[in-house]
Amino acid sequence: MPHVLTRSLDRASTLFILIVAGLGILIPLSNLLLPEGSFFQVPTYLVALWGKYACYAILALSIDLIWGYCGILSLGHGAFFALGGYAMGMYLMRQIGSRGVYGNPILPDFMVFLNYPSLPWYWHGFDMFWFAALMVVLVPGLLAFAFGWFAFRSRVTGVYLSIITQAMTYALLLGFFRNDFGFGGNNGLTDFKDILGFNVQAEGTRCALFFLSCAALIAAFLICRAVVTSKLGKVLVAIRDAESRTRFLGYRVESYKLFVFTLSACMAGVAGALYVPQVGIINPSEFAPGNSIEAVIWVAVGGRGTLTGAALGAVVVNYAKTFFTSGALAPYWLFMLGALFILVTLLLPKGIVGTFNAWWEPWKAGRDADAASAAREDGAEPKPNPAE
Amino acid sequence: MSATAFDRLRAAAFSLLLLMAFAAPAFAGAFEDAVTKFANDDFSDTAEAIDAVAASGNPLAFPIISALNDERLFADPESKKVFIKQADDKIIDAATGAAVDKLPDGAAEVRLNNRLRRAVDTALGSLTLMSPDPAKRISAAQSVFKSHDEAALQAVDEALAKETDKTAKAAFTEARAAILLFKPDASEADKLDAIAVVKSKGDQEALALLTSLGSDQPPLIAKAIAGAISSIQGNLALWSMVQNAWYGLSLGSVLLLAAIGLAITFGVMGVINMAHGEMVMIGAYTTFVVQEVIRTRYPGLFDYSLFVAVPLAFIVAGAIGVAIERGIIRFLYGRPLETLLATWGLSLVIQQAVRTAFGPTNREVGNPSWMSGAFELGQITITYNRLWILVFTLAVFAILLAMLRYTALGLEMRAVTQNRRMAASMGIATSRVDALTFGLGSGIAGIAGVALSQIDNVSPNLGQSYIIDSFMVVVFGGVGNLWGTLVGAFTLGIANKFLEPVAGAVLGKIAILVLIILFIQKRPRGLFALKGRAVEA
Repeated sequence: MPHVLTRSLDRASTLFILIVAGLGILIPLSNLLLPEGSFFQVPTYLVALWGKYACYAILALSIDLIWGYCGILSLGHGAFFALGGYAMGMYLMRQIGSRGVYGNPILPDFMVFLNYPSLPWYWHGFDMFWFAALMVVLVPGLLAFAFGWFAFRSRVTGVYLSIITQAMTYALLLGFFRNDFGFGGNNGLTDFKDILGFNVQAEGTRCALFFLSCAALIAAFLICRAVVTSKLGKVLVAIRDAESRTRFLGYRVESYKLFVFTLSACMAGVAGALYVPQVGIINPSEFAPGNSIEAVIWVAVGGRGTLTGAALGAVVVNYAKTFFTSGALAPYWLFMLGALFILVTLLLPKGIVGTFNAWWEPWKAGRDADAASAAREDGAEPKPNPAE
Repeated sequence: MSATAFDRLRAAAFSLLLLMAFAAPAFAGAFEDAVTKFANDDFSDTAEAIDAVAASGNPLAFPIISALNDERLFADPESKKVFIKQADDKIIDAATGAAVDKLPDGAAEVRLNNRLRRAVDTALGSLTLMSPDPAKRISAAQSVFKSHDEAALQAVDEALAKETDKTAKAAFTEARAAILLFKPDASEADKLDAIAVVKSKGDQEALALLTSLGSDQPPLIAKAIAGAISSIQGNLALWSMVQNAWYGLSLGSVLLLAAIGLAITFGVMGVINMAHGEMVMIGAYTTFVVQEVIRTRYPGLFDYSLFVAVPLAFIVAGAIGVAIERGIIRFLYGRPLETLLATWGLSLVIQQAVRTAFGPTNREVGNPSWMSGAFELGQITITYNRLWILVFTLAVFAILLAMLRYTALGLEMRAVTQNRRMAASMGIATSRVDALTFGLGSGIAGIAGVALSQIDNVSPNLGQSYIIDSFMVVVFGGVGNLWGTLVGAFTLGIANKFLEPVAGAVLGKIAILVLIILFIQKRPRGLFALKGRAVEA
């Protein structure tokens, strides 16, 4: 493994990981150790807010992996995010136990309210954390696998794929809004009490969740780096740039796509699972097609095809969103967001990081030439291909 | 409906006139004597008065008895005059119907006891059966059909003997059959006839009546009832199919309207326009503005507001479309995914702009009189607005098809669709064609907005609710072929409406989405795909 790491970590990636790790350790420490009201103390609400951004950054990474490197524009990635969130939400619901309004030790409040006689079969097992954690990855992964299996095998590509992914998340939206689906209808799952025995509202838990989100972000980043710098990653880029040609060269395009799509969905699921305990609610509006498209624009703003850019874009756009929607400028936020979509696609097609690289690279090209050639020799040996 | 209502009104007025002319003089003396008896303040006199008035056939009989029932009948013991206080608090003389300024000082309510109340009820029932207005007679007969009260048999028989109106006569026959069916001592032959009559009525009420008869019937009758029930059920099932098909056609026409503009921009230019729904919304708001102007300046022309709104919406949405193409989309040709994102952003901006200008709440758009109401066809009700929208959609489709086929612009558009570079080599200004095509697609979306404003809430979110459905239609039908869009829209509309009763509205919709997703696996380019040799279409 070590050479995978050294190959995948260039200077920008190392910097990114150091920043995220630094934030992930310093922010919780400052929140917990410094006295309240101190200038350097980060208030708890900000910890939760930045934890949310970290989850969004993971979602953005997962989208960038398929869109930036494989040309699959999914307009339904919010669905995988939300499914992961629901799996975690179900665990948190079961943890409430008899502390709910109706005091039923087995059934969550909404089921008592809706006269469920017993727990639906798909709710069994979610009282165990390991099972819920498994489902967080499995459910989005399986859906993505099944969806991708059908879609890629019959060569649904480009905008057609985008539209049917949008239809997928729309169908899930409609389904989860129904009370008889067994997921709480339009109220979703909320009123969580504790996670693994720790109070969800407590400062310590929030800091731990923030730390975990940063750790997950780093892990997701490393996985993505490992994929895109491998030979598999080169094939993915080839598929993005000339799918038919890649197929004619003898690669099984659909297998590559299926692998990367499923991996990306699993990552989105993890992001959703970390998101839910930090915001305290999951409801069907997370499935709204608009959310998925918004996540795509984070990637576009930060820089499609640059992993650091995707994460940066998620944080920048969401920070702007928080900033604008909480002030007097709230009515103008949608103008801003809309304009962002238009201006970024028209004027900044490479995004922030991509544009920066375009200026930076010629300058540093000469200096890095030796290092680059060394790295190429290092990663040249063929590796078994996970998709085949 | 308005036409039939008018007919009924005219018939009622006519029969009222007849009664005034002939009946009134003949009964005048007896009727007035009877009315005077109300003033005696004596229960047995009042009872006689009720019977006499109810039997008189005088047009004032019904107002008097119903006033008595509602405690609005007043009598002055001194002058022996009786007055009706109408619902609008106006006073009329009960014997003559002449308006009176105010009640005399000594006037008091005509009192009732329980026996009299029963008499009033019976009188009211037979009075409506005898009512000069056929509509009232029919509704009275229908209520008898539902209650199948044996006591009403005589009144129904009498009414049936006198009846001349065809519909009313049928209603009375059915009411009589219902009574006979429930009359224990009716002969078997009568009952069999009655079953045949109820069977031929063939609707939900007839079914309910027959099923409520119970099973303790003589074998012959029980068999006839079972036969009638199954026949009615078959009939109803057929009609519900027809109804679903109609709803499906109606939904299909809405989908087609929303998708047809998309089919042009997507099909001809390969441009995914996520702001298409907002063009629909702009069309709806154009209708709103046109109606507001007409309402305030020329209220008499309200019925023609849509004739102004349709071309205006086409121009407004079309102009915005051309501006979008020139301002944004032309820089993104060949990058369909980026186009998708940019137009999505545009849709957010347009929505928010409309929200800022018109407010976030629903705006009221009225139906012109010729689009409101409904008529009945067999067992189903067809509303005029849905019918007009279907007609309108087909007209738009036909015009568009003709335009593509027979005009120079249509020819150029088809040329550019088939082979852009060849068309350019032949001297077609492809970028001009692109702009006009996009304008045309947007303009048609605007027209769709005018139609949709008639059946949907006009709010800034109007377009969003149609965008996914219209994409489904286009993708299902196949790109670059208007017939595909037509077939796709109606297939999806009808499939949706046939699934709805089985699976429920939401599950039906989910099922459709899943089916489309599966269908695309089978035919990734839709039902009517353009055939070509390119690897990547």
